[in-house]
Amino acid sequence: MIFSKNPSPITESLWIQALLMFLGLGFMAILVVLPLASVFAEAFRQGWVAYRDALAHPQAIYAIKLTLLVAAIAVPLNVAFGLAASWAIAKFEFAGKRLLITFIDLPFSVSPVISGLIYVLLFGAGSQFGQWLSDNDIEIVFAVPGLVIATIFVTFPFVARELIPLMEEQGTEEEEAAIMLGAGGLRTFISVTLPNIKWGLFYGVLLCNARAMGEFGAVSVVSGHIRGKTNTVPLHVEILYNEYNFVAAFAVASILTILALVTLLLKSLIEFKFAAEIRAKKK
Amino acid sequence: MGIEVRNIKKNFGDFVALKDVNLKVNDGELVALLGPSGSGKTTLLRIIAGLEYADSGSVLIDGNEANSMHVKERNVGFVFQHYALFKHMTVFDNVAFGLRVRPKHVRPPVSEITDRVMALLKLVHLDKFYDRYPSQLSGGQRQRVALARSLAVEPKLLLLDEPFGALDAKVRKELRRWLRRLHDDMHITSIFVTHDQEEAMEVSDRVVVMNHGRIEQVGTPEEVYHHPTNGFVYDFLGNYNEFIGWKDENGDVHLAEDDLWESKTPEAAPISTPRTNWLSRYPELIGALRKVVPGLPLPGDTTVSSRPVSKTTRAQMRAVLAERGIPVRVFARPHEMFVTKTPDDAHEYIPVEVIHINPAGALAKIEMQRKNGLILQAEIPKTIIDSLVIRRGEQVFVRPKNIRVFE
Repeated sequence: MIFSKNPSPITESLWIQALLMFLGLGFMAILVVLPLASVFAEAFRQGWVAYRDALAHPQAIYAIKLTLLVAAIAVPLNVAFGLAASWAIAKFEFAGKRLLITFIDLPFSVSPVISGLIYVLLFGAGSQFGQWLSDNDIEIVFAVPGLVIATIFVTFPFVARELIPLMEEQGTEEEEAAIMLGAGGLRTFISVTLPNIKWGLFYGVLLCNARAMGEFGAVSVVSGHIRGKTNTVPLHVEILYNEYNFVAAFAVASILTILALVTLLLKSLIEFKFAAEIRAKKK
Repeated sequence: MGIEVRNIKKNFGDFVALKDVNLKVNDGELVALLGPSGSGKTTLLRIIAGLEYADSGSVLIDGNEANSMHVKERNVGFVFQHYALFKHMTVFDNVAFGLRVRPKHVRPPVSEITDRVMALLKLVHLDKFYDRYPSQLSGGQRQRVALARSLAVEPKLLLLDEPFGALDAKVRKELRRWLRRLHDDMHITSIFVTHDQEEAMEVSDRVVVMNHGRIEQVGTPEEVYHHPTNGFVYDFLGNYNEFIGWKDENGDVHLAEDDLWESKTPEAAPISTPRTNWLSRYPELIGALRKVVPGLPLPGDTTVSSRPVSKTTRAQMRAVLAERGIPVRVFARPHEMFVTKTPDDAHEYIPVEVIHINPAGALAKIEMQRKNGLILQAEIPKTIIDSLVIRRGEQVFVRPKNIRVFE
């Protein structure tokens, strides 16, 4: 039953309920569902063959491979960093803890374009360091390492932000118990800490990965848009679109859309499972 | 395993958790660390366990300096207030954890681990629940799992941090007795922290009463209850009534309250006398004080001198008081109060009004209000209450029949 027929004191009238529901669903339809559907509609406008050809284009394949490569480097590094930072923040007291928490949030508050620009300025030919790098034939900006660094910067809060509150809530008692029972640090981490945070960690990795693959702003600045060299999937979509190659643009964009939908699905599944576990733990 | 704590000091920032604590726990003893929250008892326990480090001082385990010993090497079992069971492991896996994490050359074979874990679970009456998860157990069951888990590694020392603090009253009592029996069977040196004096009294061989990071008294439950060395210990170990008293040259203690009942016509006291100043009852002392400390404002003064009491005059005053007798604090437990409707001249009585009677139980609990508004508590056998026929709102007379005096 959607509408409540016996209004309790805290229930709004049927009319209000209907209005709120209409507004919520209407906004969703116009702003989310419709555009999503149009991505696929545009992608298949000229049929399945055109769609397949757009994806099979060497540059598209290169973009997909590059995106996977960047994510494959950035996500594990951010998992390591996120685990280390949240472990340190949640389980120890140390000077500079507040500062660390603030800095973890920094990429969320800085515009991605600015973060890209920072790396161009830092590693680009204009700076002393950039000069030294080019003297030694090390390419960072306008090359794959630049993409990886920019992606790491933009996505590093995801894992840590997910884990810090979780680990703070769980405290250190279980770890202390394990150590009192004779377990070493690594053993304690693997058999006590990790199982307690696994869903939170998985969730963080998922979000981190989605953002790493979809990142546009920072990556766009450091990439230099060199086709077949520094073009990730989002950048490739932009290039195709600017060339009025709409079918190809939307075909490639549909890959990112599918990624988003899969992420959403996994996230919902985890939340479903996670909620059941949390209920069990609090019992 | 014998434990000795020497000159332990610990600060958390500005907060002094432990100031110079010394303690000796004998092999096979069951000792309670008793104190209010913030008294440093848990900190002391955690330092002995190796979970916390002292700023200075040392912990000796069997005479060996333990400061440099890692937690792993101390062979200590620790039980946490909130159990700290591994949520994602079954009861069996929880108990087996300590054996399974041992390095290969000292790890028992799988079949032996199984036998030992099941034997321990039998000991805590949880062998039927071996495949349950902690979330499927009650609080008391979880704490028993935690105990079994800490015993699995065969510790020489068992430390328990408020082990029953999170349980309800009935389970707490049950587990307490069970812990005592367990200790009597196994004789593991054990230290447990509690803020519940009844628990400390019932379970332990010796009680260590702590306050503000210091040890106030160490003794058997009987000693600390009946012969407390100071007011704090007395206060902490039960309800009490406090009076201001007065010790004369013979060592006899008199009450020095302003609302004492007097059978004769009371001497006319000046109305301006502050009621709370017990000195007004001792005119001869006031005379002496006035001679030594001319500026001191005293009861009966018509003009109040604004001269502050300096340090020397305080010292002088103390000298006079020491010469004439000593002001003391007099304490009596509720069951040490004598209540009557017909006071006699031989004792000092305080007239009170009965404001509440709780007759449930073998001892009736009475609350009485004094003329100055203070409340006294008394516990009197039901039979006596019945023969006295005391009702709410009536005036009765009370005196402490058994007192403890602290200066």
